[in-house]
Amino acid sequence: MKAAAFAYARATSVSNALELLASHGEGAKLLSGGQSLMPAMNLRLVSPELIIDIGGLAELRGILLSGQVLSIGALTRHVDLLKSPEIASHAPLLAAAVAHVAHPAIRNRGTIGGSLAHADPASELPACMLALGAVIIARGPRGERRISAEEFFTGIYETTLSPDELLVAVELPVGRKDSAYFFHEFERRHGDFAIVGLAAQAVLQGETFADLQLAYFGVGDKPVLAAAAQKLIGVAITPVALAEAAAALGEALAPHEDQQATPAMRRHLAKVLLARCVAKLLNRSDLNAGGAA
Amino acid sequence: MTAPVSISMEVNGERVEAQVTPRLNLADFLREHLQLTGTHVGCEHGVCGACTVRVDGEIVRSCLMLAVQVDGAAVQTIEGLSDSGEISDLQAAFRDRNALQCGFCTPGMLMAAQDLLRQNQTPDREQIRAHLAGNYCRCTGYQAIVDAVESTAQARAGRSA
Repeated sequence: MKAAAFAYARATSVSNALELLASHGEGAKLLSGGQSLMPAMNLRLVSPELIIDIGGLAELRGILLSGQVLSIGALTRHVDLLKSPEIASHAPLLAAAVAHVAHPAIRNRGTIGGSLAHADPASELPACMLALGAVIIARGPRGERRISAEEFFTGIYETTLSPDELLVAVELPVGRKDSAYFFHEFERRHGDFAIVGLAAQAVLQGETFADLQLAYFGVGDKPVLAAAAQKLIGVAITPVALAEAAAALGEALAPHEDQQATPAMRRHLAKVLLARCVAKLLNRSDLNAGGAA
Repeated sequence: MTAPVSISMEVNGERVEAQVTPRLNLADFLREHLQLTGTHVGCEHGVCGACTVRVDGEIVRSCLMLAVQVDGAAVQTIEGLSDSGEISDLQAAFRDRNALQCGFCTPGMLMAAQDLLRQNQTPDREQIRAHLAGNYCRCTGYQAIVDAVESTAQARAGRSA
């Protein structure tokens, strides 16, 4: 199908975009890369009265390392993340994840801000934001707001952004020594939405975890940080400890059912990913007996 | 404001000026306004890849871009790549290996394959499959397409060596 008719305004600055949002309320939609909004409009799932095109706002594009913080502008495209030396050295989890985001033609247009604001529970970048402890920065008529990734995502396509706010950037804390990451997703075909996926960021201390953040996606209405990870921090990782964590994970998750998988299958795959992740991060193939690739 | 918007762009090297309604997507603009019907429209929501074109040198889904977003840009379609001879070897390889049957996906498939070959001169079959994963073909089963892209890469590498 084709998108329904709408009015179009090209924002000349962030403040201009905010003025347009304020004056048109919920009838307006921001267009950045358009790789989620345009399909939804073509399928007539959404029919905005006004499209505010922020695609030309160069001030929102770019990756900047400043001290221990990596700042990524909202209009930074997936392809930019994939090719950025700063991302490769300071947030390699993100680089690994972006390779799984759709296909090259989509990655050339889609933006990090658009992906996060769209908040598809099966998409990769929201989960990475949880694993990396990102802060999401939104600007609105009342000024700037800093929102932790964990608070930001509230449900299917739902965030704490209000209709008059614009996501302008994300900030990632970087530079922790001995950090390691793991990323994997089960998908029907490269570039598809995940059936279940895991974005994990860890701090290693010898044979143990000093920190472990396990962000699952595709297992419910929003990405989730698994509380079960706490059971693996600061303790010797034995098959028994891992099995207990996996059991706790299975109980905590409330996966949905769709044409791709049942809740039981998603729970099972989440546990398989847990075992693979821990085995890989600690370089302990003995821990991955049940879930070899 | 649903009124037509003036846009100006380059399409296959030629300057194009037009008045378009905001809802018009780039694929329909190319097909209906410029009669460049080599760009195919399949799913219209970014899944099938038949509408793949180049904007400022990068491949995009033209069903997921509005014509107004392309104002000031340079667009290349399959007609442009074909007429310039840029992909004549790739097209010949597709023909030789029966890498098309109905041909509906072929323009998008060629755009995506050439995009890969410009970035990676010696892709392996896995990389070819990954790069073309966003382009659906319902006839060939992909094997012949991967063969054609692989043999083109090898021939080009042989020529430049």
